[in-house]
Amino acid sequence: MSAVRRRPKLLRNLNAKFAAMPMILTTLVVFVGGTIWTVVYSFTNSKLLPRLNFVGFAQYERLWNTGRWETSIHNLLLYGVFALVFTITIGFLLAVLLDQKIRFEDAFRTILLYPFALSFIVTGLVWQWLLNPNLGIQNAVRSLGWESFSFDPLYTPKIVMFGILIGGLWQGTGFIMCVMLAGLRGVDEEIWKASRVDGIPAWKTYIFVVIPMMRPVFITSLVLVASGIIKLYDLVVAMTSGGPGGSSEVPAKYVYDYMFTAQNLGQGLAASTMMLASVIIILIPWAYLEFGGRKRG
Amino acid sequence: MANASTNIAAAGPRGPKPRRAISGRNIMIYGTLGLVALYYALPLYVMIVTSLKGMPEVRLGHIFAPPVEITFQPWVKAWAQACTGLNCDGLSRGFWNSVRILIPSVVISIAVASVNGYALVNWKFKGSETFFTILIFGSFIPYQVMLYPIVILLREMGIYGTLGGLVMVHTIFGMPILTLLFRNYFTSVPEELFKAARVDGAGFWGIYFRIMLPMSMPIFVVAIILQVTGIWNDFLFGVVFTKPDLYPMTVQLNNIVNSVQGVKEYNVNMAATMITGLVPLTVYFISGKLFVRGIAAGAVKG
Repeated sequence: MSAVRRRPKLLRNLNAKFAAMPMILTTLVVFVGGTIWTVVYSFTNSKLLPRLNFVGFAQYERLWNTGRWETSIHNLLLYGVFALVFTITIGFLLAVLLDQKIRFEDAFRTILLYPFALSFIVTGLVWQWLLNPNLGIQNAVRSLGWESFSFDPLYTPKIVMFGILIGGLWQGTGFIMCVMLAGLRGVDEEIWKASRVDGIPAWKTYIFVVIPMMRPVFITSLVLVASGIIKLYDLVVAMTSGGPGGSSEVPAKYVYDYMFTAQNLGQGLAASTMMLASVIIILIPWAYLEFGGRKRG
Repeated sequence: MANASTNIAAAGPRGPKPRRAISGRNIMIYGTLGLVALYYALPLYVMIVTSLKGMPEVRLGHIFAPPVEITFQPWVKAWAQACTGLNCDGLSRGFWNSVRILIPSVVISIAVASVNGYALVNWKFKGSETFFTILIFGSFIPYQVMLYPIVILLREMGIYGTLGGLVMVHTIFGMPILTLLFRNYFTSVPEELFKAARVDGAGFWGIYFRIMLPMSMPIFVVAIILQVTGIWNDFLFGVVFTKPDLYPMTVQLNNIVNSVQGVKEYNVNMAATMITGLVPLTVYFISGKLFVRGIAAGAVKG
């Protein structure tokens, strides 16, 4: 048990190394090993079982020639852009409202954040019910007298992603609001005093002083929302199962379907490698901003 | 909400001048917040209301109206009789599966991650920081990239499709965030304490169990909250790594509600949805600020 004296380097601190074994194995075998495995096998023509029969970029060629994949990418971009903009904007605005030294702050925050405790499946099923054209919101408004009112995004291919977005925003904005609120609370009170002394209106202080100061918080939120968007899967499964007519397919679903139901492993792996590539494209600028900048500054 | 008047908090000594209770500004703030809160609360309300109605009443289409006649039949049916295609013994099966998945997953993932964090802070070894960095960056890799390799891994170990396999998956994917959480917490524990214990001859496990563990109960509570909600809400791992008779609640719920056969019983569906959401909601409402702390701890970068 006790510390070891003058043992060979590898055997020093043995308990810690032993205790950290799960972490070492997870990083090496699952994260690094698994990722390499997936990338390597995405260049094979594996069908039901993985086979090392290399076919070059054939899987990727097929992937980008598949209409379903194009729809998936298009949907993810559409959802992603709107989810990013709305989550960050709404999250920030709500945080500003809650930061006005108001009463019942805890009550408001509790209500705005509770959806975040729920799963995407629960979220998706509730909104599927609310957006049901015959019995949901559309029907409720129509029965008020507005007969031509139409609101059935989940059954309209063109706007189905916005229907899913409604559920996604309901679930996720409260979280970003909390992150933003923590950021706002971190702004020095002196800044507010100074701007008040100078007679600068509050909204100007927010835009020109507070927001630039909260840059790290915004970047963190951005990364959090973005990495959530790429994982978008459960919500789609619960709300539309990819329908109507495959118009709400997303990449994560494509991967799952090809790997586990269509039994075209190589295709699924190629698609998941594309997902990895897109994450890396997002992550590298972030890592550069976060860590590269700090070293120099 | 708008006339939540007498706002004295805004008139603290710092303010420019005392404000009137019902100012235009206050009406705007409380009005907006009230509307937003209403919007956020509405789905929960509709869920509860629908689950307490009979089907004839649901078919009337008054989705926002409170039930005329309250019935608990949908809840009973969702719990004990709802069909998933294969069997008709309701959500109870999924609920107990989820419990059986949840408890070992929470315990093991937290035990592993807390020891990781402890080793990373107090017993650094060559390469430990590198592993930690890989771990953190690994948490950004889409799960889809690692799904199949893990399937193979579990198959080789002979635990694919079993409870143990799923517990291992939850331990693996919970590790980055939890390790970060514990590492950050243990960093704030004064080093003198650790050194004093070393001088007294305590070893790796001795210090962990006698000093670190008792001192960090709050962060363990945060970790438990994080994991209970996270694992209960998981869908993807449940689908990929278990077999139908072991499906967790979320998967079973989705199968019940989105099954194409039979007449849709919206009240039963909403009762089932409500039952599934009840566990994380309870955790959320009881834990209050700790929940916020948990997710905020998850948000801060390494």
